[in-house]
Amino acid sequence: MSKECAAIILRNTIPQKQFSIAVAVVAVCAVISLFIGVSNVTPALLLSRTEDSHTLQVLLVSRIPRTLAILLAGGSMAVVGMIMQLLARNNFVEPSTAGTVEAATLGLLAVAIVAPGIPLMGKMLVASLFALAGTVLFLRILRMVPLRSVLVAPLIGIMLGGVIGAVTTFFAYRLDLLQSLNAWMTGSFAGVLRGRYELLWLSLVMMVVAYITADRFTVAGMGQDFTTNLGMNYNQVWALGLIIVALVTSVVVVTVGMIPFLGLVVPNIVRTIFGDNMRRSVPWVVVFGAGFMLICDIIGRTLRYPYEIPVGVVVGVVGSVLFLYLLLRKDAHVA
Amino acid sequence: MSLEIASRIVAAPRTVVLSRPLKRMLILGVLVAIVVVLFMTLNARGNWGFVLRFRGVKIAAMALVAYAIAVSTVLFQTASNNRILSPSIMGFDALYVLIQTMLIFVLGAQRAVAIHPQVRFLAEVFIMVAFAGLLYRWLFGKSRRSLHLLILVGIIFGVLFRSATSMMQRMIDPNEFSVLQDLLFASFNSFDRQLLLLSALLIGGASLAAWRIAHTFDVLALGRETAINLGVDYQRTVSVILVVVTIMVAVSTALVGPVTFFGLLVANLAYLLIGTHKHRWILPCAVALALIFLIGGQLIVERIFAFNTSLSIIVEFFGGIMFIVLLIRGIAR
Repeated sequence: MSKECAAIILRNTIPQKQFSIAVAVVAVCAVISLFIGVSNVTPALLLSRTEDSHTLQVLLVSRIPRTLAILLAGGSMAVVGMIMQLLARNNFVEPSTAGTVEAATLGLLAVAIVAPGIPLMGKMLVASLFALAGTVLFLRILRMVPLRSVLVAPLIGIMLGGVIGAVTTFFAYRLDLLQSLNAWMTGSFAGVLRGRYELLWLSLVMMVVAYITADRFTVAGMGQDFTTNLGMNYNQVWALGLIIVALVTSVVVVTVGMIPFLGLVVPNIVRTIFGDNMRRSVPWVVVFGAGFMLICDIIGRTLRYPYEIPVGVVVGVVGSVLFLYLLLRKDAHVA
Repeated sequence: MSLEIASRIVAAPRTVVLSRPLKRMLILGVLVAIVVVLFMTLNARGNWGFVLRFRGVKIAAMALVAYAIAVSTVLFQTASNNRILSPSIMGFDALYVLIQTMLIFVLGAQRAVAIHPQVRFLAEVFIMVAFAGLLYRWLFGKSRRSLHLLILVGIIFGVLFRSATSMMQRMIDPNEFSVLQDLLFASFNSFDRQLLLLSALLIGGASLAAWRIAHTFDVLALGRETAINLGVDYQRTVSVILVVVTIMVAVSTALVGPVTFFGLLVANLAYLLIGTHKHRWILPCAVALALIFLIGGQLIVERIFAFNTSLSIIVEFFGGIMFIVLLIRGIAR
């Protein structure tokens, strides 16, 4: 597709004004996020150009990486959720309701036991292999179930996650790795510093790939017969989707930890506004996801200042309340 | 071949005397006795008086928990007319832990510790009954919701309660948090001995309340419409059951902490094993199975794994698998 063509589609499908407002809101939050923390960093201090380079140092090493990590993780997790929902044709599926996250964690544990010394990239790749296997297992099981209700899929996924989690805990308990396990299980940006988050840029690449191939996922979301009818290779779309899901999930788990329900809540909210066209909604999903994560992290950082509540916990509370709302509102199960 | 048939005919009158449920119950009873004896005597060294008392208290606590979990799950499944829900899947025990934390959060750790543990326990149980009553009344209330929705909502409520708990724990001053951890940390190896007698009394009271409406259980299991048709005061009976279930869950969670799938495992195995729908058989069978698994499991964890694992992890593993199998088989319709 040529650039012009893409530009036209962009212009026609995204209400420009609202979108710029949304982006502006997230940008403002991001700037606020730069100036929250124990170490005193204020715009005034930065501009005063004193010899003290400490402030700038904190900003460059800690605050900016952290804010970037939040935006990247939030946006990509939301996009991944949307892809999974289209592929499984089920609005209640996302990495943490499909055993994907738990499988990635098991992969990390396996690395920590077998080859603790390998670089982060290697750990991430092993984790994504496990995540891939976990997701495929989930889809296999799903095929065996008499599908009477859309709610069966998340139920099975959560239970599968529990079973994989039990295996992980069993080995972690025996090998004294419970502490690292806890770090992977609760997402937190507290440990994000320059040099320890760069892997997350991979999720930006994945977001771009998802946007370019968005139409394929939209079509795949209409079923195998329909997709084949349009002359597309259904299995190829599936494989691509699963790889994106596994990579992004494991990158986020490795660098930040588990973030529950974000990939479920954000796409569903966007869907109620824009419908199922993925290309049209991807930018919104990214912005909403990034904004959601950012606000949750700001809450976590300010609620008990100077201590910090991990973002995974805050998202757990806010996300499950929103999930409950999605489930219990009146016409939730038409999907 | 003919010999076999002949022997069967000869044996037939005897099997009539002992019905299938009774026979199975007797076997289970013997198994319970075996695990109890094994637990009390295996690897015992030194002063017998001390060993027996030490292990006796432990077994009493486990028996109480086994009884509470088994009975509460079976009754909950009867009241909600299905075989896949259990109080802990619906987030009951997560709610209890949340209430424990909330109490300390509101009062402050120092003041919370100053309260007599038994008084605090009673207060927690009371708040729990009130809160759970309201919440699940609303969930199971007027509009008929699908079972899948109920389970999923219950699970998400569990996640919400757990997240809220850990959020509150982190809001508490880190110095006070260590106090809280001591209060909240419960497992089969470190339950609160002071609470044992009070727990037994509470469970006894709840059992008595259940006993008084026990004649309606079999009818209730037929479903709401049928039960009402047959003259059961549905609303009242279900409310009583919910209160009984809530008390039992609170007690077992206070003693050993949450064990998500244990009740589900035990109840479904009981249905499978006993082959009748009558509660006079299912309830004791579930309790016996719970005793065998809990005491036997603890025996294995303590003596074979040498405490290097936790029973609840193993239960989680098998319980989760069974839950998925139940879903695949379409038992949850």
